[in-house]
Amino acid sequence: MMDRIAIIGVGQTRQERNKVHETFADMVFEAVQQALEHARIGIREIDNVVTASNDFWDGRTISSMAVNDACGSYDKNISTVEGDGTFAAFYGMTRILSGAYDTTLVVAHCKGSESDAKHITNAMFDPVYLRPLGLDNISTAAMQANRYMTRYGITEEQCALVSVKNHENAYRNPNAHLPMRLTVEDVLRSRLLADPIKLLDASPVSDGACALILARESAAARYTDRPVWVRGVGYAADPYHLGDRDLADCDALVAAAKRAYGMAGIADPAEEIDLVELYDAFSYQELLWTEGLGLCGRGEGGKLAASGATRTDGSIPVNPSGGLLSAHTVTVAGLVRIAEAVLQIRGEADQRQVPAVRTAVAHGVNGPCGQSHCVWVLGA
Amino acid sequence: MANRVAIVGSGQTHHRTRRLDVNGVELIYEATQRALEDTGLTMKDIDGVIIGNMDHFEGINYVDCWSIDGSGGWGKPTLKLTTGGTTGSTLAIAGYHMVASGLFDRLLVIGWEKNSESDTTAAITTAFDPVWDRSVFAGAISGLAVEASVYMHTYGATERDAARVTVRDRRHACLNPFAHLRKEVTLEEVLSSPPLADPLKLLDMCPRTDGACAVIFASEGVAERICPRPAWILGTANRHLYTYLGDADYVGLKSLRHASRELYEKVGIREPLKEIDVMELYLPYSFAGLSWIEELGLCPPGEGPRLLWDGVTDLGGELPINPSGGVISCNPIGATGLIRCAEAALQVMGKAGERQVPDVHVALSSGFGGCWWSDLVMVGSTKPA
Repeated sequence: MMDRIAIIGVGQTRQERNKVHETFADMVFEAVQQALEHARIGIREIDNVVTASNDFWDGRTISSMAVNDACGSYDKNISTVEGDGTFAAFYGMTRILSGAYDTTLVVAHCKGSESDAKHITNAMFDPVYLRPLGLDNISTAAMQANRYMTRYGITEEQCALVSVKNHENAYRNPNAHLPMRLTVEDVLRSRLLADPIKLLDASPVSDGACALILARESAAARYTDRPVWVRGVGYAADPYHLGDRDLADCDALVAAAKRAYGMAGIADPAEEIDLVELYDAFSYQELLWTEGLGLCGRGEGGKLAASGATRTDGSIPVNPSGGLLSAHTVTVAGLVRIAEAVLQIRGEADQRQVPAVRTAVAHGVNGPCGQSHCVWVLGA
Repeated sequence: MANRVAIVGSGQTHHRTRRLDVNGVELIYEATQRALEDTGLTMKDIDGVIIGNMDHFEGINYVDCWSIDGSGGWGKPTLKLTTGGTTGSTLAIAGYHMVASGLFDRLLVIGWEKNSESDTTAAITTAFDPVWDRSVFAGAISGLAVEASVYMHTYGATERDAARVTVRDRRHACLNPFAHLRKEVTLEEVLSSPPLADPLKLLDMCPRTDGACAVIFASEGVAERICPRPAWILGTANRHLYTYLGDADYVGLKSLRHASRELYEKVGIREPLKEIDVMELYLPYSFAGLSWIEELGLCPPGEGPRLLWDGVTDLGGELPINPSGGVISCNPIGATGLIRCAEAALQVMGKAGERQVPDVHVALSSGFGGCWWSDLVMVGSTKPA
């Protein structure tokens, strides 16, 4: 049986198109300051740090080096996960469970505005066989969308509904990059990027940072009377070569969710989960990931969205923050999902607050077409 | 309640300047396969994978995802860590925490690098601040040259003293079938090798290497069934103190001093020279073998050269350092720190072959990288309290 671990504070910058006045360190400092204030803890009481970043997106080898001062890790034990912040938070949690530390600060940063998404995501692929084909995050997502839509009869309209919903939700989130009032027609008529993905089916590239503070139960009690408990976490990876996968499946997500739900004792996710913040880098992904998370049957993601269940006033709200479609800070995005889930459970989500959230799921992704997934179950 | 953790086995590739016969994934597979053979486990027994390297040496993004066919991570929790030169030691520290957490019983930890696919100095240069550091003071060699100069100035050490470190490590490497540079060098050869950045010469510096290392960490109860004499993790500590090169204190290595004091206190080490039986240290260049052992508390400041000349750190000496040949003989960067930990474990397990130090009960391994950062992992033959 796992010791109880709490999230005692979260902080995030606004997620914007181009934070031209801020360095990586500025963004990290802002997010960390907020998280410390939120947790009512001083940096001296943080006994270790895990950062998350990506050398390609930062254009810096050892990208963590840019933020060591800013995250307050001087003279503390520190490590760095390269990839999505949900994975970094997992490692941060094990550093407490190991008995070594009481409080872990986890912080992720990314500045997409300084990067070239096409080349950076092309670099995920095999340099000899796949890169020359021009594969990148958008073209491979289009392949996955096609396969998923063909296999289950998912429609472009159903995908578009996700975009309409999430951009609308973003109006109630002051940190979101792209609040928009759209119609399904607007999405369908937007510029084609790679069939069937259109501009408004795709997430933007955003700048931002996010931080959270994990604490063991005995330490958490010193700082907060509103801890959010980690009830379960799981992560898993699918095969690398896209041809080795049926892209309409998301086995790794199913496996990750199974681990997380098993730990949390969740038998019927659709019934027991009050809110989901997931990694919707493309509109179809929200449909596919709701299936992988067991919120509906396989192939039923489109129907679930069309029923209105995933709206903020629906039975299982998905991405009331606006999701990645409204702000995609790459390695930060999963950590923002956790932060948003924490705010919802604490009842601090202001205009985007969903009533009576007791159990929430947050989700992060690494790799092309959702190759590696991390699922968190959080509870009051 | 946290679990105790042990290293139960490891595998290394035979490290070379260029491994043109394999791609990166195949290189990773080679180390993974050898670690599995060493432990008698199969991939089915492994419940998680951690992998690390430095992205810009191979130009592959999301290595955890890309390497699945070589790492065996399919369907398993797979995580990537990167902290520069300290990547390998960072991986070992993560292996410890993740198994100690109780969430994993048999964790595969892989460090690798195919340096031949990159311009190493160009890649390292991008680690530094683009405005303040990059154009004037970046890369691996220049900062070390400054540290060496300061050390010589402060304590009167000589280039010949430093050359003694290279001679030791290169002699030890001849006993290690996996080391990259397995040829002895003399003091005169080191001193007359081509200058790189005064006072450093070619043979003062580590090479760049293609290679991979895989280490299997197991939890208490599981470890003893895999291996008769596992290497128990006694403790870990690290410090990544600086962001800017200009902030670093070039008299000694403060990160190593602070991390080692924390670790010694945790483990209960009072006299490291007496109580530690062997060290595998990430000494990327010769002068580190003088000044950094002072930071580890083996002797007072300025007395590192005396320890070297007295043979204290040679195989057969009171505290052998780098029986594997160390980093000066072999440096597949993302693997280098993990190799130190694997070699320390081999010494505790009594499996180090010709490079074995007799009766090793406590061994220390280190990692160095980033902006004067240090990581430490201590292993021992006795299960910690």
